[in-house]
Amino acid sequence: MSRDELPGWRSIAIGSVIPEPATARKYRTGDWRVFRPVIDLDKCIGCLLCWIYCPDASIQQSDRKVKVDYDYCKGCGICAEECPVKAIAMVEEA
Amino acid sequence: MEKMKVVGLSGDQIAAYAAKQCRVDVVSAYPITPQTIIVEEYSNYVANGEVDTEFICVESEHSAMSACIGASLTGARVFTATSSQGLALMHEMLYIASGLRCPIVMCVVNRALSAPINIHCDHSDMMGSRDCGWIQVFAENAQEVYDWVIQAFKIAEDREVLLPMAVNLDGFTISHALEDIRVLEDGAVDEFLPEREAVYRLDPDNPILVGPLVLPDYYFEFKVQQEEAMRKAAEKIGEVTREYYEYSSRKYAPIDPFNVEGANTALIAMGSTAGMLRTVARQLEREGKRVAVIKLWLYRPFPGDELIKLVEDMESLIVLDRTLSFGAPVGPLCSDVIAALYNAGRCDIRVANAVYGLGGRDLTPAEVEELSMKALKMAETKMVDKRMEFIGVRE
Repeated sequence: MSRDELPGWRSIAIGSVIPEPATARKYRTGDWRVFRPVIDLDKCIGCLLCWIYCPDASIQQSDRKVKVDYDYCKGCGICAEECPVKAIAMVEEA
Repeated sequence: MEKMKVVGLSGDQIAAYAAKQCRVDVVSAYPITPQTIIVEEYSNYVANGEVDTEFICVESEHSAMSACIGASLTGARVFTATSSQGLALMHEMLYIASGLRCPIVMCVVNRALSAPINIHCDHSDMMGSRDCGWIQVFAENAQEVYDWVIQAFKIAEDREVLLPMAVNLDGFTISHALEDIRVLEDGAVDEFLPEREAVYRLDPDNPILVGPLVLPDYYFEFKVQQEEAMRKAAEKIGEVTREYYEYSSRKYAPIDPFNVEGANTALIAMGSTAGMLRTVARQLEREGKRVAVIKLWLYRPFPGDELIKLVEDMESLIVLDRTLSFGAPVGPLCSDVIAALYNAGRCDIRVANAVYGLGGRDLTPAEVEELSMKALKMAETKMVDKRMEFIGVRE
């Protein structure tokens, strides 16, 4: 999100208080990413090691198939490192 | 107004007495000369069952302020006190108290900083934490300590302010001297200062998060909120002091001026020194020499506009700083005065700085008379010989 779209000092809670739960969901930490993991599903064997290792719970899985939640993936590359069949490539963000 | 009770107490004792009347929920403090009597006296109140306050004993001032912050975040009314090295040790937590918008009231019994170690008064402790985001007032005597502590809670806890506030009193000169002090009845303080109503508070039934990591995308906004709160504080101080006058018949304001009408020069100072400046000014008045004395009660937010109104017809000012800002062009108070004049387009008013009283060094009436003569000469010649000088130092 660009800086100008964020709320200003008049409208945010004072003293950096976060007055409601689950607001981390609104904070798109995917913005921090320099390299994005791209999964080649043809190579993927569905072992789910990437799902286990992801420190940000950004690997989503259903039916032993995985995909990356780019809203929160910070691009740390642990998934690519751990993938036993090298199905995940780290591609520089445009 | 009801008949007022008079008590004979020291500045430290009256600070504790005022906090007691304010029905403080939590006190966490660590003793340090010359503040010790404040916490000692307050712990007596707790031991005697005179107050319903949680007194948290800690192993350092850093912990004292940490405990105060935690307590304040639960919505409690919190009081503490410290001096010198204690304030320096709190430094980190002072910013957290203001950043988390905890309206803690703290008496700072001003004392010189080490090294060399010294227990006597100067303002280097508070000036070292000048930019910590606390509202800061300086009292001249024990009566003012009492009155400012009570007013401080009302200013700090205002929902549009929510900033911590430091009530400064000069070490020994005020803290240990006995004075007769007019105090309000408990009921009057209750009426003037109702219970604190927190905007946000830690409550298991309504969870909130305080103290998150805030990165470049939001941090600046929170700092501007604090600056806005300072601006609000300046307004509220006006309202609160007017209301307090109804209860006490004692009128407070950001600035306490003396002899201003018709004067073409003034001495500007904070704290206990102001009384002696006025005594010398009265003496000079009898000799036909008029020198105004401008005492700042309020230091942060800096009352620049009020100051300009008082000095606009003057030719010269001498600002007394009881601290040394090593390597700076002038001391911190003088620097603020010059900035206020510059902002108002009044660079024509000549300003000199007198650094005095470090480590408890007495400022004598003869020295003040000499300063007054210098101020008058500056007004007449429209020249400043020496921008900054040290008063009463041996070469």
